[in-house]
Amino acid sequence: MRRILRQREWVIDHWRYPGEPASQTDALIVPLAELRAQPEQRMRRDGKLGVRLAPADDPEQLRADLPHLSLVAVEFPNFSDGRAFTQATVLRRLGFAGEVRAVGAGVKRDLLPLMARCGCDAFDLAEGEDPHSALQALGRYSVAYQKAEPLPAVERVRFGA
Amino acid sequence: MYHYDALDQAFVEQRVAEFRDQTRRFLAGSLSEEEFKALRLRNGLYIQRHAPMLRIAIPYGLLSSRQLRALAAITRRYDRGIGHFTTRQNLQLNWPKLPEVPDILAELATVQMHAIQTSGNCVRNVTSDHLAGVAADEIEDPRPYCELIRQWATLHPEFTYLPRKFKIAVSGSGEDRALIQAHDIGLRIRGGAGAPLGFEVWVGGGLGRQPILAQRVREFLPAEELFAYLEAVLRVYNRLGRRDNIHKARIKILVKSLGIERMRELIEQEWRSGRERSPRLTPEQLARVRAHFEPPPYETRPDIDPTCGREAPFLAWYRYNTRAHRVSGYRAVFVSLKAHGRNPGDITAGQMEAVADLAEELSFGEVRSTHDQNLVLADVPQTELYRLWLRLRELELATANIGTLTDMIACPGLDFCALANAGTLSVARAIQARFDDLDYLYDLGPIELKMSGCMNACGHHHIGHIGILGVDKHGEEWYQITLGGAGSGRAALGEVIGPSVPQAQVAATLERILEVYRDERAEGEYFIDTVRRIGIEPFKERVYATDLAAA
Repeated sequence: MRRILRQREWVIDHWRYPGEPASQTDALIVPLAELRAQPEQRMRRDGKLGVRLAPADDPEQLRADLPHLSLVAVEFPNFSDGRAFTQATVLRRLGFAGEVRAVGAGVKRDLLPLMARCGCDAFDLAEGEDPHSALQALGRYSVAYQKAEPLPAVERVRFGA
Repeated sequence: MYHYDALDQAFVEQRVAEFRDQTRRFLAGSLSEEEFKALRLRNGLYIQRHAPMLRIAIPYGLLSSRQLRALAAITRRYDRGIGHFTTRQNLQLNWPKLPEVPDILAELATVQMHAIQTSGNCVRNVTSDHLAGVAADEIEDPRPYCELIRQWATLHPEFTYLPRKFKIAVSGSGEDRALIQAHDIGLRIRGGAGAPLGFEVWVGGGLGRQPILAQRVREFLPAEELFAYLEAVLRVYNRLGRRDNIHKARIKILVKSLGIERMRELIEQEWRSGRERSPRLTPEQLARVRAHFEPPPYETRPDIDPTCGREAPFLAWYRYNTRAHRVSGYRAVFVSLKAHGRNPGDITAGQMEAVADLAEELSFGEVRSTHDQNLVLADVPQTELYRLWLRLRELELATANIGTLTDMIACPGLDFCALANAGTLSVARAIQARFDDLDYLYDLGPIELKMSGCMNACGHHHIGHIGILGVDKHGEEWYQITLGGAGSGRAALGEVIGPSVPQAQVAATLERILEVYRDERAEGEYFIDTVRRIGIEPFKERVYATDLAAA
């Protein structure tokens, strides 16, 4: 049973990932390419639908699908490919209010605060990463220089805006 | 200068605590080499040839005397009592020990300093004009904007893991002293004198393996749109910049492959989509930061002629190492870190402390570092210049060579840097020795000599009037010479004159090049103008005409 860090809670994950067995009613994540190849799939399912973006995917392409999606997973493959930071930012800008989940080998405590500030609200931690330390890392900074939830931005404190 | 408030202070302290934890995990084996590398680089820490190298940020080159003293204490305690100023106006320590780096960062934090984002694929230290605030040709002081950009870029959640490093420079005067076209983004302040303030935006410049000059992407950006526009540029770059090849990952390659027109379309489109959620630069924000850069309390002083009745060496120093000031009775003074026989840009702890004292006595307690690897005391009363010269001379910081051939830029090269292919310091020494006669240097006039020990071009060789690039040739150190580059004014990339020369012949090669100049120059014509007028052929012919003797 997979556990993830969601909304700062260490919870059991009910979503099925691409390649994992899933029933008609299970919440299922499919790669963007599969959603494009079988656009009817989301209509036929009873369970919730999520999409997984590869780092090169443009989230703008999901604009029309977002109302039908409960989750978008963005991938941080390591400590160098930061395209998913922009993907998460753009998803939130498009008004997506569902779960934005960080997945991949780069989902470790050191990058979590940045991911959270770009709009990720769930973290499928990399193998071996300790959830307690990850949670602590999310609280490491008390301020940020940019407008970014959940931290108070310095400008808001300075000017009360 | 900018002083931290409680929020800035809390932030740097939390950053130190985070890095202390990361260093501990790395040393305990629970953080991989690869992952720690990404984290330490963003805190200025490289692993070098002999030891780690720590690059301390000096935002837009501005330091208080207190900070300079703290740097001196750190170099004594954690290094070998010496620091090296870089072309990004930062200070490098070449011998820190990894387990002690968190302590160094903690000490820096006590004087409102850090090493955040001085390396790694993120937005680097913002650089600017070293004469900001005192230059007579200034439209607007660029430093408040630099500080605002510094804060905006610091741990920006979206742009701290970019395809490659990202350098921003801001210039606020008529003459560009910030090398705008050599930057990923260059901003030139426009407007003023009643007209709304804004920026001319240049994008896609960079040196390195494939040098490219930035192109103008926007003629006028209203100041309040600054962050929205920067975010648009960086978002396009973060999405589309290449990540498959480190040598093709800078934004310059993206701009080159898309073309400036397409790049402009993408940026403008992204700017329109994103601006509502991007921060605006508000008048309150600007006013708060500007208040930190109010002019110091200048006294009313008449302009005098400080050279009257003084000896020739002082006259030379006054001419070469001081600059006009916008306020009467004052002068901006270069502290030369280019003494012959020393490594360009190096400074000892004792010299740092002495310069800090002088800054307090004579220049309102502030010091600037320049991208040419010197220091500046920007606000010296003209009546104190002679006394200052005597003191600097004792400290070996008064070599009257600013703007001349031996005011050369050199990266640390093979002696320190793990990336270098060839040494730069021994070549610098050979050049200093061969051109040790100041009168000869003065006769040659202004020449920018810039030297890098490898293609990464930390020494900016492409934009030197004379550029020297160290290359490895079957395990030997050879040097390729370029002519005609320029970073400011009419920016240009230098042209290679021919086959590279061995280390022992670099100084002799320069001598031949300069002979051609002396033969060919028109009355009063500067070196760079002669090169532009006659092209590189005459230089090439003379350099390769007969075998060169070793120096």
